Amino acid sequence: MTPDLPEDQLVDLLRRMLVIRRFEESLIKLAGDFDIGHFHVYIGQESTGVPALAQLQEGDLAFTTHRNHGHLLARGTDPAAMVAEILGKATGTNNGKGGTLHIASPEHGFPTTSAVTGGCTPLATGAAFAFSRRKVDRVSVCLFGDGALEEGSYHESINIAALEALPVIYLCENNSLEALGQKANEYPSSTMAAAPLTDLAASFKVPTITVDGTDTGAVHGAMAEAIDRARSGGGPTFVEALTVRWPGNRPLWPQLATGVTDLTYAWDEGAIPQDHSKWHGAQDGVLRYTRELVTAGLVTTGDVLALDGEVSTQIEDAVQFALDSPYPDPESAFEGVYA
Amino acid sequence: MEDTREMLYAEALVGALRHQLATDDRVHIMGLYFLGLTPHRQMVAELRDEYLDRFYYPPIAELGYVGTAIGAAMAGLRPIVDIATASFMFEAFPQIINEAANTYYMSGGRTAVPMIFHFNHGVRGGGAAQHSHSPQAMLWNTPGLEIMAPSTPRDVKGLVKTAAASDNPTAWVDHVRLFDTSGPVPDDEDFAIPFGVADIKRAGSDVTLFASSWLVQRALEAAELLEQQGIDAEVVDPRTLSPLDEEAIIESVAKTGRLVVVDECHRRCGVGAEIMAVVTENAFGDLRAAPIRVTTADVPVPFSPPLEEHIEPTTDKIVAAALEVTGH
Repeated sequence: MTPDLPEDQLVDLLRRMLVIRRFEESLIKLAGDFDIGHFHVYIGQESTGVPALAQLQEGDLAFTTHRNHGHLLARGTDPAAMVAEILGKATGTNNGKGGTLHIASPEHGFPTTSAVTGGCTPLATGAAFAFSRRKVDRVSVCLFGDGALEEGSYHESINIAALEALPVIYLCENNSLEALGQKANEYPSSTMAAAPLTDLAASFKVPTITVDGTDTGAVHGAMAEAIDRARSGGGPTFVEALTVRWPGNRPLWPQLATGVTDLTYAWDEGAIPQDHSKWHGAQDGVLRYTRELVTAGLVTTGDVLALDGEVSTQIEDAVQFALDSPYPDPESAFEGVYA
Repeated sequence: MEDTREMLYAEALVGALRHQLATDDRVHIMGLYFLGLTPHRQMVAELRDEYLDRFYYPPIAELGYVGTAIGAAMAGLRPIVDIATASFMFEAFPQIINEAANTYYMSGGRTAVPMIFHFNHGVRGGGAAQHSHSPQAMLWNTPGLEIMAPSTPRDVKGLVKTAAASDNPTAWVDHVRLFDTSGPVPDDEDFAIPFGVADIKRAGSDVTLFASSWLVQRALEAAELLEQQGIDAEVVDPRTLSPLDEEAIIESVAKTGRLVVVDECHRRCGVGAEIMAVVTENAFGDLRAAPIRVTTADVPVPFSPPLEEHIEPTTDKIVAAALEVTGH
């Protein structure tokens, strides 16, 4: 379903999803030519991150993980500065000090990215603690995958948030559905005895919502409820968004397993190839949202392709900017250890 | 001449906290064990009662609440978080080392973490292996942290003032054996001791005794005993390890030619090892004898009193090392 929003905002959500999709696809291609270290892409989770984070207001903060690109882009971080950071260039968001794993964009509400699983849960809780103590009308969003629930930091943090009724939303993007996991000697999946995962919040008396992460409208509604509770002093909420792991994320290094996304699959079922037909036909949240908008007559297929053309150009320009940018002066490695 | 008042270290510590609460509404305090389980802890309880909405008494969850303080520091507060016994800090290491210390640098200078971590380190008597750690060397191996180690009531007042004004995460290395010591404390509310400036706690010409935190007191005691034997010892207190006033140490060694490094860390890769390296790299030509370390031995701290005393850096051991290094 589509979120209950004016038409221009619905199209803006699609634009943000496409920015993420084209950014990540470009990055995978770029990684063939450059050693950018291990990196993680957000393909397949756009329909969670975009509607969830679009509702934040200025001054709200979000704390993300190693799979951070989509979250940062959803809030409007400059893709050019992000690619530059990922390539280690001086023009990067962090001046080349952080790389893909630590992109920071305080003006978009991301003070830091902690790339240690479970690193962000106390930090997001702490931001909410500060908002509560400062008596300001702000919320903090903690973004993490299901694997972070295996870390003790989550349990210690949500206990504090529950006891203090802190304005924080724990948004767990469970991307282990259909993940083959370690048994297949592929990228490891989560290993957790508790099921469903919401039990790990309910035991702290924190309200929980489980939502289909490929359903943009459902995610939007769930986050609206959680944010409203936080802003009105009702304390934390745990949202579990069920997303499907994109086949390209199964190997240790992301690969364009399903090809570069062809948006015509959203309205031309006959064009969907046999390989990965389930992905294109049902599981890809971006195609699903596009399909919903077109079916509802909110956009034309021409509008979609035009928007995609604009976004693709923006990302191509971003990549070119990063490629053309200089590396930092080696001596700058000694700068900025202390404030 | 500055106006001072004689007071206990514990009083100066609580006074410093009170001053920060009174003058900066961004300061919030987490935890109540600044003064350990000593009777002085009542002063912290009274301070909490004065500022109830500025204190937070957390669950037994060092990783969670220290991380919460770090996140709060990124969102407008200037938390002072108490970890009680230093050994408990290891529960919070992922957040201290990997988040607080790294964030400013890895964000390209875009996000600062202005906060203080307080903990009581070292042998306190009967603490055994899990309540007697001196983690300052581990912290010192972590770029991004400032480390202060006051040794007198005056210094705790002045250093807390500077730490609270700093935009960096600062480890406040404290010691329960200091709480009952006393000394003059300046009345001036704005009294501050800059970081990276060592203090010559006792001037002397025959041997340099480097010591920090509680061991400054033992080094001073040793210096008195050495004086009775005609040896004039200089006691150098760095006051902050990060930043370190290398110059003051090198200057002292240039004067005395002899060095004893007193350190409550274990011997291997302790604070003492680093001081030895600084001196040998920078002042090798000034040394008239091989320097000696007096440290906690490389064994877990044992419980039984005679065992504990046998492995810790006592005054007697400092005196013996000074006699040896001066050729007596």
